[in-house]
Amino acid sequence: MRRQLEGSQAVALGVALCRPEVISAYPISPQTHIVEGLSDLVRTGELAPCEYLMVESEFAALSAAIGASATGARAYTATASQGLLYMAEALYNASGLGLPIVMTVANRAIGAPINIWNDHSDSMSQRDSGWIQLFAETNQEAVDLHIQAFKLAEALSVPVMVCMDGFILTHAYEAVEIPTQEQVDAFLPPFEPRQVLDPDDPVTIGAMVGPEAFAEVKYLMHAKQMQALDVIPELAAEFSQAFGRSSGGLVRSYRSSDAETVVVALGSVLGTIDEVVDELREQGVKIGAVSVKCFRPYPLEEIRAALGHAKRVVVIEKAFAVGVGGIVGQNVRLALSGLPVEVHDVVAGLGGRAITKHSLHALFADVLAGRLPAGRLTFLDLDWQLVERELQRMTERRRSGPHAENILRDLGVVAAASH
Amino acid sequence: MFQVRIHGRGGQGVVTAAELLSVAAFGEGRYAQAFPTFGSERTGAPVVAFCRIDDKEIRLREPIAEPDAVIVQDPTLLHQVDLFAGLVPDGYLLVNTGHSFAELGLDDFLARFRPERLLTVPATDIAREHLGRPLPNAVLLGAFAALTGIVSLESVAAAVVEKFPGETGRRNVAAAEAAYAYVQSELGVGVA
Amino acid sequence: MPLEQIKFYQAGSFVAGNRLLTPEQRSVQATMERSNTITSGHRACQGCGEVLGARYALDAAMRATNGRLIAANATGCLEVFSTPYPESSWQLPWLHSLFGNAPAVATGIAAALKVKGRTDVRVIGQGGDGGTLDIGFACLSGMFERNDDVLYICYDNEGYMNTGVQRSSATPPAARTANTKPVGSEPGNVFGQGKNAPLIAMAHEIPYVATATVAELRDLEYKVERAMELHGARYIHVFVPCPLGWGCASNDTIRMARLVKETGLFPVFEAEHGDVVSVSKIRRQVPVEEYLRPQKRFAHLFGDPPRSDVIARIQASADRNIRRFGLLDEEGAP
Repeated sequence: MRRQLEGSQAVALGVALCRPEVISAYPISPQTHIVEGLSDLVRTGELAPCEYLMVESEFAALSAAIGASATGARAYTATASQGLLYMAEALYNASGLGLPIVMTVANRAIGAPINIWNDHSDSMSQRDSGWIQLFAETNQEAVDLHIQAFKLAEALSVPVMVCMDGFILTHAYEAVEIPTQEQVDAFLPPFEPRQVLDPDDPVTIGAMVGPEAFAEVKYLMHAKQMQALDVIPELAAEFSQAFGRSSGGLVRSYRSSDAETVVVALGSVLGTIDEVVDELREQGVKIGAVSVKCFRPYPLEEIRAALGHAKRVVVIEKAFAVGVGGIVGQNVRLALSGLPVEVHDVVAGLGGRAITKHSLHALFADVLAGRLPAGRLTFLDLDWQLVERELQRMTERRRSGPHAENILRDLGVVAAASH
Repeated sequence: MFQVRIHGRGGQGVVTAAELLSVAAFGEGRYAQAFPTFGSERTGAPVVAFCRIDDKEIRLREPIAEPDAVIVQDPTLLHQVDLFAGLVPDGYLLVNTGHSFAELGLDDFLARFRPERLLTVPATDIAREHLGRPLPNAVLLGAFAALTGIVSLESVAAAVVEKFPGETGRRNVAAAEAAYAYVQSELGVGVA
Repeated sequence: MPLEQIKFYQAGSFVAGNRLLTPEQRSVQATMERSNTITSGHRACQGCGEVLGARYALDAAMRATNGRLIAANATGCLEVFSTPYPESSWQLPWLHSLFGNAPAVATGIAAALKVKGRTDVRVIGQGGDGGTLDIGFACLSGMFERNDDVLYICYDNEGYMNTGVQRSSATPPAARTANTKPVGSEPGNVFGQGKNAPLIAMAHEIPYVATATVAELRDLEYKVERAMELHGARYIHVFVPCPLGWGCASNDTIRMARLVKETGLFPVFEAEHGDVVSVSKIRRQVPVEEYLRPQKRFAHLFGDPPRSDVIARIQASADRNIRRFGLLDEEGAP
């Protein structure tokens, strides 16, 4: 049924349709509406049988999901930002143990400074945790990806995180086709674990593996994740057949096959980017876009195929590797190694700063005019004056104070009586 | 695409107003997107919400910088927040107040817009009368429907009833209808 | 109701005569049908109190549940010496996740069993004092507060033994550990308030809290079986000497456990829903010195001159326990 509703509520309905048996919930903006929605469905009995655990931390949330999944129950939780970091140890544990847990990450910036708005620093910080990472562009896709995620996770015995932009998607009201229970049941069979804690057939899970076997176990994890590169497109095709729409997959290309300039990004910003692409195409600019839907495992071949023919690529990402540069940009360069494609790394949208059509037009104009040197990290819409002043302040005095407050002094909004 | 920006204070149902507007448009078979600016707003702090309405899928996701319509739920925001920033020359303006634009000192500023598209509505009074509470959001949506014709009163009513079942819904609809009638009569007479 | 203390002594030894008890009252270890839940071949130290406690506790739990049991184990000595990959000592479904999450993992297991309607299978969470009282404390408290159907057993050897004997919140005052060495005038570990886990568990008003030592193994078994009669969050805190970490003889493990009780330093009791319901009385109060002397971790108290001031403080805390819990009968009162 097609409905106009909040993204979080849509995801809650979608997850419920997947018949999770154990949900562990800990609140953090901006995912709270999801777990609240699921709580309502459990209380009314619409989602049954399901044990809903209100745990004392995100670390406990994922730990409980680990225990539940190891006991053969379909387990789910949701988090963001600080919460994802707090469960970092458990993330590696879940993937190392091969437990098919599905988790929503409502992408939010990581502090300090504390920031509740959207960017991708949280998911990016855990890209090496062994979890499959899928990114949704719209709330429809967010719902669809959860359904695919459970099937993917259980097929491979690898945990999956479905990333959706916090606030921008979670709190946006838009039209979503909510599938029927019959449709989802037909697509997603009951969970059949590869390993399970069962008194009738005892196993020891979590032994300490020494140097003689650790590398092999780790390689097998890697191999399973790589298998996802084959399974994900198969699932997306199967989903499309069953539900009648395209969702998920590894990458999505938009008007890029004959483009000289291709923009690469993840998540909801693709909507705005596609608009700008259309506007520039009307002006005769040969530009297109590529959306990376599966970031881990990294679809190297698909990205190379999608971008290899372009003259230049503009990677727009909502996080960066401090001291190094772009993260997605780095991965894109890897995919394009050996090819004569100019790659521009642009960091935008940090801490929820809006990425506007206006800024994108200006950015692409700079790129096309050669005003943006390739190989250098560009920060979109950064207030350079403010930054230079603060850097200057830091060289002048040892005790220069906290950056965030100092910036306010420059903006004149702090009663700087104490300086 | 028609872009609406709604200003108010936390606790006045600004976010709900945008959501209801999007549901109303959806009910008419159109595409709609609604979202708030987010912050650590507490009751009483300035809040902004947005709604886009179009006949094709809305891909754009950025705050509305050039609204086609601005709704102001709380007149105390005047002179505190730049409520009219980016309002297009042909834009609509709906302000919840019992005063006139002249009394609010906005005459000169608003001269650049189209007078028949600017309106004040005593929405809080209408809300108090029908709901017993000063919650003007549904009221203003009724007024909006009359002023712009972007959504019908029926669609607004349906959205309100879906969100607020029972007595609350009925009263809100009545309030919206009263505002609709008010605006119609105002437009008939001309704008102050 | 606690087990009535029945003591049988064979002439010439202190071995208790199991044959004279009814089968249900006999130690699980006395039967051929015992589960050997943690079977031989593990790599625990000679004289390890923890594995002794774990063996008795788990076999008792298996008897009480007809072998329908799943265990979640924290990182620590017990986990490390019982699963020297590719071997495992465990003969029950066993999951080791992380250091600090055993209670939460147990919660998840219990939830999964509940949702699947497998009411016959019970859950044990277990770990050492470090994993339970320090890094796992938040998860433990959460599990208690939710009253999840888990029996959590803490094997308390008063330090992070697996990593080389570092101080935990369970390390007693004046004890030497790798980071509380008695250097200069420092008397070893600080005299803090301690962290009384059983009392904290009682403050959560959970259905059952008990303490036990490996000196009274039948008592430990009884308490585990009692706990398994109940549902909801249950906690058993077992005192388990660590010969290596404490510097005592490996054949003194049980004697140390007996002395810690008889000095009053470790009260042995049961509580239900926040109230103490039974106390195991001290047979004959013993001065703390007798307990401290055989342990090298307290050797610095017996130098020349001895630290009688420190010993007196330790004695004072033992006396306080005795008063607080009523550990002595009137006749035996100091």
